[in-house]
Amino acid sequence: MTMSKIVFKVGDDISTDVIYPGRFMATVLPTETPQFAFADYTEFNTQLKNKTFPPNSIILGGANFGCGSSREQAASTLKGHELIIIAKGFSRIFIQNAINLGLRTIICPEIEGELNDEIEIKENKLTNMRTKKTYEIVPLPKARQAIVDAGGLIEYTRRRVLEKHAK
Amino acid sequence: MGMTIVQKILARASGKKSVDIGDVLEPRVDVAMSHENGALVINQFNEIYQGTGIPAKVWDPSRIVIILDHRVPAETSKTATNQKKIREFIAAQGIPNFHDIRGDEGGICHQILPENGYIRPGYVVVGTDSHTTSHGALGAFSFGIGATEMASVWALGTALNVEVPGTIKVVVSGRFPRRVGAKDLILHLIGMISAEGANFKVIEFHGKTISRMSTSGRLVLCNMSVEAGATSGIVPADEETVRYLREVAGVKGKLDLVTPDSSAKYDEVIEIDVSKLAPQIACPHTVDNVKSVKEVEGVKLNQIVIGSCTNGRLDDLEAAAKIVKGHKIAKNVRMLIFPATWRIYRDALKKGILTTLVDSGAVIINPGCGCCLGVHQGALGDGEVALATTNRNFKGRMGNPKGEVYLCSPATAAASALTGVITDPTKGE
Repeated sequence: MTMSKIVFKVGDDISTDVIYPGRFMATVLPTETPQFAFADYTEFNTQLKNKTFPPNSIILGGANFGCGSSREQAASTLKGHELIIIAKGFSRIFIQNAINLGLRTIICPEIEGELNDEIEIKENKLTNMRTKKTYEIVPLPKARQAIVDAGGLIEYTRRRVLEKHAK
Repeated sequence: MGMTIVQKILARASGKKSVDIGDVLEPRVDVAMSHENGALVINQFNEIYQGTGIPAKVWDPSRIVIILDHRVPAETSKTATNQKKIREFIAAQGIPNFHDIRGDEGGICHQILPENGYIRPGYVVVGTDSHTTSHGALGAFSFGIGATEMASVWALGTALNVEVPGTIKVVVSGRFPRRVGAKDLILHLIGMISAEGANFKVIEFHGKTISRMSTSGRLVLCNMSVEAGATSGIVPADEETVRYLREVAGVKGKLDLVTPDSSAKYDEVIEIDVSKLAPQIACPHTVDNVKSVKEVEGVKLNQIVIGSCTNGRLDDLEAAAKIVKGHKIAKNVRMLIFPATWRIYRDALKKGILTTLVDSGAVIINPGCGCCLGVHQGALGDGEVALATTNRNFKGRMGNPKGEVYLCSPATAAASALTGVITDPTKGE
């Protein structure tokens, strides 16, 4: 169980252009991308850079979070701030990138919450501590569970490479 | 139970007789494409091998295609250094298929792949770019992946943990009215089903209108399928596919035209008659905010953009040139043209298309992606409005979150360039 606060709330169809604007795409390394998270939301970006929020703070998204470009920076920039993304739904490529990099994403189609609400996160449900309402979590795409279990795609593929090499 | 085309392709690529929707597979990859973000793929690829004592060698250099297109020629030293790293990796790994920043072989990845015969019907194609959906236009199952996922493909030669997607069948009938075409159709479809309407699914295109449509138009449909969230768009290969592969792409040898079973099961069937379709436009700031051009006529424009992997082909430039020929674009409007590849650039040059466009006041930019995603040339000023034949209008997309982008066909863009305001190209027809 984790108890976390919503530190940023966005609407539906938040694109990777909004999460990580194209003009910063020449910056690729996960160690360098965090500075540009939501760069055009100056206040939030400044708060992130100033380490205002503790790890596991929540961005609450609507439907289709992370739509658009496949740029992996959109996942690594949020991972760098150790954020948890709770959304009503995610785009395919974004959630795959998130899982591959170990960014915690939670699919919760019914979730309702406001800025500063405390959310209790359990294995298969979320509770908004202000409204006392509880919501079901949709399991991650089953195809991805093995990667989550391995602790990310680099680790997963490394094991596979080692197995292949041993043969 | 019959199979959809994607079920068939995935079954074959996984060595199985048949597969069901939702099965988790690890298909072999026929083509793995990357562009500038290859710099990140290289980083992740090397990390996979870190500490293993195994040399980091890609599984099959001949299956990897790398194209520099996103920021060409480099706009900063940082980009130039990334591009240099990519060239060094390509040389070290012996990757033969590389399209550098050159007038004889360069261009945007999603036009380079089909044009040079890299794509075949039935292939599994992955690319570190969301518009990799484009290559479904030639009957391949083609989808976008992230950089780390590509690093994994480079190591193993397979796409990991692919869940067989369900399919939406779109059946298109009727003849397009004059100056209405593939772009208007796909915008109409995205508006109808929404930006997440096809999430985790494939869109299979069928019908007489599609049979009559050129590969250029099919590329538009599949390119923008991702804007409805689709894993891929796909047009089952037919006579036109063979014509394109032989005549344009120079492909020799046997082709395997995979088609879906007539008894295949679809999640949904959508029928569209285009005979009365009006020109469509996606309004700021989402691609599914689609209206007919008539509804927003008169909106004042600062920049017109014609080009990109969506609408930067010869027929697109030709359509625009026909409309502006002998006229000047409106005062205080900039018109930027970027052909999808240098081959198209050269053809348009020979046919006089570029001259016509330049005479009207347009500026020709070299083939590349920059302007579409706001990283290189053509940024908008605060409060400025662009009308573009590109594929995305998200806030900040054209380099400025205080700008607005509308998306339309080349005909609508050209007609609007002459008036300086959003204009229906069929008006007065």
